[in-house]
Amino acid sequence: MSTAAAAHDDHHHHAPTGLKRWLFSTNHKDIGTLYLWFSFIMFLVGGLLAMVIRTELLEPGMQFVDPEFFNQMTTVHGLAMVFGAVMPGFVGFANWMIPLMIGAPDMALPRMNNWSFWILPFAFLILLSSVFMSAFGAGHPSAPNFGWTFYAPLSTEYGPASTDLFILSVHMMGISSIMGAINVIVTVFNLRAPGMTLMKMPLFVWTWLITAFLLIAVMPVLAGAVTMMLTDRHFGTSFFSAAGGGDPVLFQHVFWFFGHPEVYIMILPAFGIVSSIIPTFARKQLFGYASMVYATASIALLSFVVWAHHMFTVGMPLAGTLFFMYMTMLISVPTGVKVFNWVATMWRGSMTFELPMKWAIAFVILFTCGGLSGLMLAITPVDFQYHDTYFVVAHFHYVLVTGAVFSMFAAAYYWLPKWSGVMPNKLLGELHFWSSLLSVNLLFFPMHFVGLAGMPRRYADYALQFADYNFWISIGGFWFGLSQLFFLAVCLLCAMKKGEKAAARPWDGAEGLEWEVPSPAPFHTFETPPVVK
Amino acid sequence: MQSTLFHRAAVGLISLMISGWTVASDWTERSDHNLRPGVTAVSQEVYDLHTTILWIVTIIGLLVFGLILISMIRHRRSRHPNPATFHENVFLEVLWTVIPFVILIAMAVPATRVLIELDDSSDAELTVKVTGHRWKWEYEYLTYADDNNIGVSFMSNIATPPEQINNPVLAGGLFPYGTAQDAVGNEFPEKGANYNLEVDSPLVLPSGQKVRFLITSADVIHSFWVPDFGGKKDAIPGFVNETWAKVPEGKEGTYYGQCAELCGKNHAFMPIEAKVVSQAEFADWLAQKKEEAAAAPDLTPFADLDEAMELGQQTYAGNCAVCHGNNGEGGVGLPFAGSDFATKKEHLEEHIHVLVEGRGAMPAFAAQLSPRQIASVITYERNAWGNETGDLIQPEDVYEQE
Repeated sequence: MSTAAAAHDDHHHHAPTGLKRWLFSTNHKDIGTLYLWFSFIMFLVGGLLAMVIRTELLEPGMQFVDPEFFNQMTTVHGLAMVFGAVMPGFVGFANWMIPLMIGAPDMALPRMNNWSFWILPFAFLILLSSVFMSAFGAGHPSAPNFGWTFYAPLSTEYGPASTDLFILSVHMMGISSIMGAINVIVTVFNLRAPGMTLMKMPLFVWTWLITAFLLIAVMPVLAGAVTMMLTDRHFGTSFFSAAGGGDPVLFQHVFWFFGHPEVYIMILPAFGIVSSIIPTFARKQLFGYASMVYATASIALLSFVVWAHHMFTVGMPLAGTLFFMYMTMLISVPTGVKVFNWVATMWRGSMTFELPMKWAIAFVILFTCGGLSGLMLAITPVDFQYHDTYFVVAHFHYVLVTGAVFSMFAAAYYWLPKWSGVMPNKLLGELHFWSSLLSVNLLFFPMHFVGLAGMPRRYADYALQFADYNFWISIGGFWFGLSQLFFLAVCLLCAMKKGEKAAARPWDGAEGLEWEVPSPAPFHTFETPPVVK
Repeated sequence: MQSTLFHRAAVGLISLMISGWTVASDWTERSDHNLRPGVTAVSQEVYDLHTTILWIVTIIGLLVFGLILISMIRHRRSRHPNPATFHENVFLEVLWTVIPFVILIAMAVPATRVLIELDDSSDAELTVKVTGHRWKWEYEYLTYADDNNIGVSFMSNIATPPEQINNPVLAGGLFPYGTAQDAVGNEFPEKGANYNLEVDSPLVLPSGQKVRFLITSADVIHSFWVPDFGGKKDAIPGFVNETWAKVPEGKEGTYYGQCAELCGKNHAFMPIEAKVVSQAEFADWLAQKKEEAAAAPDLTPFADLDEAMELGQQTYAGNCAVCHGNNGEGGVGLPFAGSDFATKKEHLEEHIHVLVEGRGAMPAFAAQLSPRQIASVITYERNAWGNETGDLIQPEDVYEQE
């Protein structure tokens, strides 16, 4: 505390309070907190939409919503989770932790940092307003209803009026992401403490640096896709319209050229988080640091040459199909290296299983499940059967929920003591973990079965042989959704500083600069750069 | 009586506890938790490939998870207080890069072989053009043996009655429920065994002959998928995709499929039903279809408004209600009840024209409905729901526009 007070006096910094503190913030910690709360709120909003989906799918027949509204729910659920929960969540962790990990006083471009956050709530207000209008407005105008992948021509010639709100909103999210990524790159390249060479950086910083390059490479592609949609819809172009000489498959190529690197944007920072947590609680240095860095870079590079595995059924030439099948299979090599490295880090360590470690181990196992089903999906002739079924839904929820989201829970429990100065409530944390772990598997594992048995995804209603599994999947969904209220309670308690006081280094095996500053981390840190030996 | 939620919960729990996965059905050799081996040689190969890969990933998974479990038990602090210090091992790192690579090659070889086989749709005896529409399939028989001028095509609509599908339990405005609101609280009929899979006019195919499907779409992207034939292929406007199936003799029967690419509101309600029959039976069926197609359209005028309204009501329910609402209140499509379009005389010509030719998202119906049906449905739209224009449109009026 005294350090914080001293910092203020020495530098005549005015610590802002109230609304102004958050609206005008240029402080990486406050902006990080904003990002994290925003992400968690969007996680709950996206979750509520998923509850509508699972309620309708509880039993065969249309009981609660119209199929049209159902499609809006699947669409906005996907968009809210991908662009609202997972991406801003990781940006929040980056904001809080990258300066602390590399010994920088703040992010390199603090005002841009403020702007890249404050765009987001407005982007989502625009998107979600269409859902409110659809649910409560006169005549129930449709919200975006074409799936989060918004394939043309369903989203162009056949899109509802709210598609334009969606386009504007995606543009804003893209601007926010690109600015966030630029900030990370500039910070990492310019503000490292003396002695912090690139190959000494914590893996979280490395994975985020690579993620930032991916973001800069592909967000403009997404912007291009939605701009072409906009001109197709309103200005007479025919990029994606066969009737005007355009090509609906071109849309999918452009979208997935963004979409596949996007998948890694959502998982590389998770790799970094887990690579920080496992060594701490195994009390043993990370196995194969250099190979982790190279594996991350290889995954990032390969992510640019596998996009068409999302569209094996569009009727590509045989040679193209084979190329994308082989490249996709190849990705499992560097991903496997990572998993083996984590196991080798645990091997002959001295492990304890505090909450962050529980989530991290659950991540390694369940993410690997998602990776293995991903390998199955790469095998093109079999993918012709799997494609667009619940098997795919199971696969990407294993990598995104038990992968990306679990890593964020691990990270939150790991760094909450540093952020708030109090330890997260153990009982609530344990309840959150066990309740989530059981329910998430009841929710997503049977999706493999129902998908293999032939249930297509994005179905508002289904044939009778899928009924039993869907019932249990829905129960798992409600249970998993409710489990997150434990986490809300944990976060609120920490925010109110209720709980056991946290030491500067609350985890005895933890290493890194972030543990050198007091808990809670003072408003300004590392104004004089530390020296890394 | 519709099974209640609790009923379903109980049935689900009991069936999971006692006998694994049991749901009565007549989808041939139905598998409820694994991929279907299917009926064609290729679908069997795909299934075998799936089984092999599933075993490989299961073994890899169990090895990795086993190591994690052993480590969690043996290397926890209470049993192993002093951690080792190793953090590199070049031999191990090379090993676990090379071994997965070798496994991948072993997987890629059979995958490539099956893929090449799937890709070869040459030398087919029957060619059927499959066109996806929102939300029905159209089958056009192009060539069979030496016959290049079959001229048989028809639409295939879902046959599950709407009252089995629409079982609303909530009245009121929280969720837009459109057309089904008036059914809130009704008792609903039991769902049939082939709920959401059955159609009015199935795709009929001969056994023992190679069938080539040319797949395209009239509006948005759909995907033609009969799992028992071994895979799916997208139906894309402006593209013609190819795939094929050869159902061996002795495997005659009905095979079901579903649309597998999100195509809008009724994506879940455009099933595929393929009826595979012997070659002799197929030849008879095709001959009969050709005869029907060759006959001149029925242009018998309607005797009075009531006769037209009766046919119109049926036609409307089967083709129009999905977009324009059961009561003409609109939805994806424009409303009719009380609209200028359906009541003002000056729009009558346009009304007929739009039905015949289509406009924007509204499909053309000339190929799907007979002039008599189109005339009746226009009459219905202009006289139902209080429109009462008294307009009686005759088949001849429509036929002139076609």
